[in-house]
Amino acid sequence: MKTSKFTKYGLLIALALIMSYIEAQIPVFFAIPGIKLGLTNVVVLFALYAMDFKSAFIINIFRIILVGFMFGNGVSILFSLAGGFLSLLVMVLLKKFTDLKIITVSVAGGIAHNIGQIIVAMLMLQTNSIAWYLLVLWFTGIAAGVLVGIIGGEVVKRVRWEDQN
Amino acid sequence: MKTDKNTIDKTEKKSGGKPVSYKKDLIFIGIFLAVGLILAAVVFLGKKAGNSVTVSVSGKEVISFSLDEDLEYMIEGKDGGKNLLIIKDGKAWIEEANCRDGLCINMGKIDSVGQSGICLPNEVVVSIGSDEVTDEGPDVVVY
Repeated sequence: MKTSKFTKYGLLIALALIMSYIEAQIPVFFAIPGIKLGLTNVVVLFALYAMDFKSAFIINIFRIILVGFMFGNGVSILFSLAGGFLSLLVMVLLKKFTDLKIITVSVAGGIAHNIGQIIVAMLMLQTNSIAWYLLVLWFTGIAAGVLVGIIGGEVVKRVRWEDQN
Repeated sequence: MKTDKNTIDKTEKKSGGKPVSYKKDLIFIGIFLAVGLILAAVVFLGKKAGNSVTVSVSGKEVISFSLDEDLEYMIEGKDGGKNLLIIKDGKAWIEEANCRDGLCINMGKIDSVGQSGICLPNEVVVSIGSDEVTDEGPDVVVY
């Protein structure tokens, strides 16, 4: 692995951790669990657009495990993995096979993230009464996706990250 | 769009030069919103008052009550978790819990079929059911 790439991974993972920390400081405004801004997804989105799928994947897995051990527990890691990777998968496919803008890709990713988490919750609790939350999480997923998409899009536009060598 | 570098350059050129077409994107987001609205319609049209409260821990049904009788019940969750369930005036809610986030308390009072209060750390699910619909099919609506 090239040193420049190695450094970028380190930088982005560190940034993702800081984002998670900031997000953990924001009190839960909503009565429904699972609703958050998804600031860390800005980093993943950036990695996907400014670098490549592989980088986004690596950064995603590292930040989930590190954040899980620092702020969460086994259960929250499971939730993050399901949400994070379903979201990344959807975003990668949309980016690769459509010419949709980064904001739409981000919105789809936001929804996919919440669906992934709901699936885990349904499997874990062996219940489908959680389907009520799908409605709320669907719309908040869109809202968070728009926000992350706008921020991510601006960052991708402004930061020049071509390989030095 | 072969490499990511090209993608970035393209985006930059587009946003700097002629206006970018957001038509496809608007359609896509419109579809997302429409699906959300359909979901909302299904949830709200399917809403009916329940008459029973079922408590499950780790996916197993523990006990159920009628919504009509007022009572307090301490739910023994996973790993010593405790959630205090209160049923009063036809509504059920979790009053106290020893989990770290207390989200289940914030979930509010529930009284419609399919609604639930969930405490993930203690793996406790309190859901509203209806005895009347058990003959016709499932007592919880699935979407």
